[in-house]
Amino acid sequence: MPDFLIYALIAACSLALVAGPLGSFVVWQRLAYFGDTLAHGALLGVALALFAELNVTITIVATSIAMAVCLFLLQSRAELGSDTLLGILSHTALAAGLVGVSLAGTSVDLFAYLFGDLLTTDATSALVIAAISALAMACLAYFWRDLLLMVIDEALAKVEGVPVAALKLMLLVLVAIVVALAIRVIGVLLITALLVIPAAAGRRLAVSPEGMAICASMLAVLAVFIGLGLSFYANTPAGPSIVLATSFLFVTSLLKRQRA
Amino acid sequence: MHAPSTNTAKPLVSLNDVSVRFGPLAALEHISLKLNAGEIITAIGPNGAGKSTLIKLIVGLEQPTEGSVARAKNLRIGYMPQKLHINPQLPITTERFLALSGPKAKLAEAVKRLNIDCLLKTPVQKLSGGELQRVLLARALMQAPELLVLDEPAQGVDVTGQAELYHLLGELRRELGCAVFMVSHDLHLVMAKTDQVLCLNKHICCHGEPESVSQHPEYIQLFGKKAAEDIAVYTHDHDHTHDLHGDVVDPAHAGCQHKHH
Repeated sequence: MPDFLIYALIAACSLALVAGPLGSFVVWQRLAYFGDTLAHGALLGVALALFAELNVTITIVATSIAMAVCLFLLQSRAELGSDTLLGILSHTALAAGLVGVSLAGTSVDLFAYLFGDLLTTDATSALVIAAISALAMACLAYFWRDLLLMVIDEALAKVEGVPVAALKLMLLVLVAIVVALAIRVIGVLLITALLVIPAAAGRRLAVSPEGMAICASMLAVLAVFIGLGLSFYANTPAGPSIVLATSFLFVTSLLKRQRA
Repeated sequence: MHAPSTNTAKPLVSLNDVSVRFGPLAALEHISLKLNAGEIITAIGPNGAGKSTLIKLIVGLEQPTEGSVARAKNLRIGYMPQKLHINPQLPITTERFLALSGPKAKLAEAVKRLNIDCLLKTPVQKLSGGELQRVLLARALMQAPELLVLDEPAQGVDVTGQAELYHLLGELRRELGCAVFMVSHDLHLVMAKTDQVLCLNKHICCHGEPESVSQHPEYIQLFGKKAAEDIAVYTHDHDHTHDLHGDVVDPAHAGCQHKHH
């Protein structure tokens, strides 16, 4: 197997594994639109990095985290409907990113950011992605019980002493980091799919929260192999191929009759 | 204004001249209240009287605009919301939900006590109002709260279920020695099962033992004469249980009329 394919597999599988539990929380907390907004904001990070001549990955991660914190503060304060707020921010960020990148010069492959460029992943990026994914999963595992209580009922969790606001912020920051890292793999426009679709499919197969997270991870990894296989043999773009594979798995999961 | 009580220990929660305003709108005005261990206090009042706000204040989900709320240190509060807002995308059985609150042995005990074996495999989202209340009570039992706070526990529960619920609450109070604070629409059972009634309409209209409150002019004005008479008849039937209270009346309620039947 060629090296580039190994790096691609390591990066994509790490993201797929963390996408299981993290994507489940995205579904439970209705953060899909939020993930989109962060992904779009990441493009702004690319533009910033080009202007200031900074490391692209670090700048994307920093921009995403900054956006996550801003959104957290805005949402907890403003009476503005959060889908309206996200709708404004999301598309403003995308447009600003596109304009910014084009102003910064023509040397950037915009397509690679919009739809991902998994097969150019190098050893360092693969390792960074694997390490951060493991860290994110450790965070989720450590706070699993409190996070579940928060998902079940925020008010109840708060009364019982669960630090709901802090956990929410942590979840948003984790989504921000994973989204930022996954940009190069799946692309700005498709990253939320990797979080949401396997989790939605996992929901149909599981009867417990842990089961759903694990199922989602498995399905996402399976989708990575199917997608990369398709990409390798049919020469299709890797990111969209993986997302298409998750969609296929989701549709397949619909065949299973839901338990009461 | 606070409840007369034989309990001289520090109150679990005390509200001192608390007001809550949302913008120009006052939700609660000048509420003073003490919750003591072992006491059941029920707040009744019309829609918009600030009952939910009062609950949120007590459990700490709402902050007072004026005044202060003091809680005993490390107070364990068992909160029973009317319903849970669980995302249908979360696969979770009642058993798993209960297991989040304590060890297996306690779970088994609470399940047996509340007779909810048959609900264990049911997804929490599919529980009916009455079933959910029992499950939440089981949870409370596992956590042994010092203060149990219930938001309209009788809503969506049939009459037998309600009677059972209040009976259980009484038992829990005795066993755990916990205070119970609840909000209710349901006048009859409230009056029969509670130690102190708080009649709320943004401010505390009147406050005292059920029999005395039901005769208070502000109560009659709020709920109608019929309600007062119904209660009077009801409590009359149960005079023997309520006699034990004696006629202790807090001097602070001198304004209330106390006619005992």
